[in-house]
Amino acid sequence: MRLTRVYRFSASHRLHAPSLSEDDNQRLYGKCNNPYGHGHNYVLHVTVSGQTDPVTGRVVNPATLDRHVEERVLRVYDHRDINSDVLNFEGVPTTENLARDIARRLFNGWSQTVSVARLERVLIQETGRNKFELRINANN
Amino acid sequence: MLLTRRAEFSASHRCYNPDLTEERNRDLYGEHAGSLGHGHNYIVEVTMEGDPDPVTGMVVDLKLLKDVLEKEVISVMDHRHLNHEVEPFSTTIPTTENVARDLWRRLKGPLTFENARLHSIRLFETEDLYVDYAGEEG
Repeated sequence: MRLTRVYRFSASHRLHAPSLSEDDNQRLYGKCNNPYGHGHNYVLHVTVSGQTDPVTGRVVNPATLDRHVEERVLRVYDHRDINSDVLNFEGVPTTENLARDIARRLFNGWSQTVSVARLERVLIQETGRNKFELRINANN
Repeated sequence: MLLTRRAEFSASHRCYNPDLTEERNRDLYGEHAGSLGHGHNYIVEVTMEGDPDPVTGMVVDLKLLKDVLEKEVISVMDHRHLNHEVEPFSTTIPTTENVARDLWRRLKGPLTFENARLHSIRLFETEDLYVDYAGEEG
């Protein structure tokens, strides 16, 4: 059984690869390379999987998951600039790298708070026209 | 090939385990434990898997799928209180997970055809909470 909760946060970013020239960055990222950045209303789907607890009838208590996501992700990202405000972000803040960073943050403290349910998927809609899905290997 | 059809029903429910304390119920279910229940506009997405029939070009006739959903789900659950009017929820807590599993049980048989079968169910309790179930144990 898989359960998904949907969250929203607003953040700004600028796509710019420091190893490339200004011209190459402009060609590669277009508007997303504009110097002062720009923002999105991101929509984040967090999917957990596991057995349904016979006493509670739930895979996970949604309120517990909400607290974990709030503490580990929303507090870090909401109304922030990803390039300068989010510590330890690895790479250019594309939505691909954002999905990886969010998964990493969710793993932090996962077993203590969310317990037996497994983090299975992180899906991010950057705009209504694109979405990025990270399926998490069972070995993680 | 996968084919998905969506249906909606509005129902009320209450998530409460009588074997647990009031406090524990509040902790587990929050506002869902309120004594009289509350309602949702549930959306169910039913996904069928199969090979298109060589004559009709269809995995399953959408009209037939609509009729099965109407008979097995909508006519049973729409505008009902799940705990009081729909079994097994007099004794099974109608969490999103348990409702999805019940939908699977209701639909699995009627949606088994020679060339197509029920693949999975996605049940939205709200637009911010949904479960996926494909018949697995537990």
